[in-house]
Amino acid sequence: MVERSPVLDAASHVVLLLGVLVIAFPVYLTFIASTQTSQEIVQVPMSLAPGTSMLETYRVALVGGVTSVGGRVSSVAHMMWVSLVSALVIAIGKIAISLLSAFALVYFRFPFRTLVFWMIFITLMVPVEVRIFPTYKVVSDLGMLNTYAGLTVPLIASATATFLFRQFFLTVPDELVEAARIDGAGPMRFFKDVLVPLSATSIAALFVIQFIYGWNQYLWPLLMTTDESMYPVVMGIKRMFGGGDAANEWNVIMATAILAMIPPAVVVLVMQRWFVKGLVDSEK
Amino acid sequence: MAVEKRVRFKSSWLPWALIAPQMAIILVFFFWPAAQTVYQSVLQQDAFGTTTEFVGLENFRRLWNDGTYGASFWTTAKFSVMVAVFGLTIALLLAVMVDRVVRGATIYKMLLIWPYAVAPAVAGVLWLFMFAPSVGIVSFLLRGLGFEWNHLLNANHAMALIVMAAVWKQVSYNFLFFLAGLQSIPKSLIEAAAIDGARPWRRFWTIVFPLLSPVTFFLLVINIIYAFFETFAIVDTATQGGPGKATSILVYQLYYDGFKALDLGGSAAQSLVLMVIVVTLTVIQFRYVEKRVQYQ
Repeated sequence: MVERSPVLDAASHVVLLLGVLVIAFPVYLTFIASTQTSQEIVQVPMSLAPGTSMLETYRVALVGGVTSVGGRVSSVAHMMWVSLVSALVIAIGKIAISLLSAFALVYFRFPFRTLVFWMIFITLMVPVEVRIFPTYKVVSDLGMLNTYAGLTVPLIASATATFLFRQFFLTVPDELVEAARIDGAGPMRFFKDVLVPLSATSIAALFVIQFIYGWNQYLWPLLMTTDESMYPVVMGIKRMFGGGDAANEWNVIMATAILAMIPPAVVVLVMQRWFVKGLVDSEK
Repeated sequence: MAVEKRVRFKSSWLPWALIAPQMAIILVFFFWPAAQTVYQSVLQQDAFGTTTEFVGLENFRRLWNDGTYGASFWTTAKFSVMVAVFGLTIALLLAVMVDRVVRGATIYKMLLIWPYAVAPAVAGVLWLFMFAPSVGIVSFLLRGLGFEWNHLLNANHAMALIVMAAVWKQVSYNFLFFLAGLQSIPKSLIEAAAIDGARPWRRFWTIVFPLLSPVTFFLLVINIIYAFFETFAIVDTATQGGPGKATSILVYQLYYDGFKALDLGGSAAQSLVLMVIVVTLTVIQFRYVEKRVQYQ
């Protein structure tokens, strides 16, 4: 620091603590609500201390079944499984097809290469929200409604990862290709034994970003799935709302919200270094 | 950086096999639907889908004359400006503070970035719960202060609710970029200004803030894109576009007209309008990135 100023230092900490509190409060409240019974929550104001029915609420939410006040909820554990499978397929699928096409674009010369490059580039621009109906129609014509393929494959089409890997491959020294050639390695051998291991950091960074992207999908599953057994958890929450805010079983909804937050939050905190790198890189 | 490799592999079929999966997906799920959108936008279908006729630009004329659509544009503009302004201001304040403190910077950073992982739909539910008129704790406190909060009836309250939820979720993203920007400012500049007698407040506005302007501009575009396209889930969980159409932003309107009102031609025309907006924003963003690469 340039100068010492205890007053400013104290003020900074106050601002930061306030920021952290405001950011954390909604989640704290959600957690508290998930430990109370639905009667305790509708007592206005609800208590800000943890309640006693945490285990019961989470049990009902996870396995599904009939709640203490007679409502029926479907199993959140199953929804989380659907979310996990979709998020993994989306993240790994994006990374795999992007590695392959970036390899082709950088290390080969073939007719229409520029056209292919621009075709991929254009997909970068238009988010799925904007072309939702025709895409829905294609998926429904292909009979992919209510399937994992329908939930994931259309979202694997994205250019960000291809560009990230292309940029990275361009910085890989040509000497490595020459060395591999002298050693008699073919293109796929070079790809597998040299390029992919060198890209490990970029792959980890992209994985974090794309996993969160996949897990947090909402509009697409909302259209794609009509069968309860194919609801991902983020979208399943919406289906738990009944009529009016006093009639909702807030404790179960809040437990589901907490459960839906845990996996992506864990991924961000555990892989923080790659997460920051992934965010910064994928915007370049 | 080289745009071309000097050394290449030779094969006539391998590159095609390598790009095949990517091409198959973008052709089927991107180019085909996009072409369909253009095609649909000049057609009109009756409610049962039995007859379809070519109507030229009629769908666009209908949108242009439709007061609801104009109102939705205005709603989206208000919403995205508020999300961008509040989101950027709060994030900048927090980033400057974290950059300043010596003790605890890592912990603060960790405690501030995790909302990025929260799904927009979940963010909507969380804020809805705090502000629910009958059970929400914040609406209870506001009532205690003599302020009757009801986002189910009051359009401004509903707008405030989705802005708060959207900002809450986006602050962590802005914060990370501002912090990276602050940390890349050479310390010598700040020290020189301090030696010349500039106090912290002055130093911020004359040195730090101007040097951050590329980051700020970049984040501004990203935040507008976010508010336009990625906040559907927040609106759908917190307000469902209501009361009336008070929080029906463009993407929500598109969803509503297509899936609830089943107006295919109209929603295809809306899709095209949105595509034009998003392409414009992306082009602006890329031109800026190009500039930054050149000047640095």
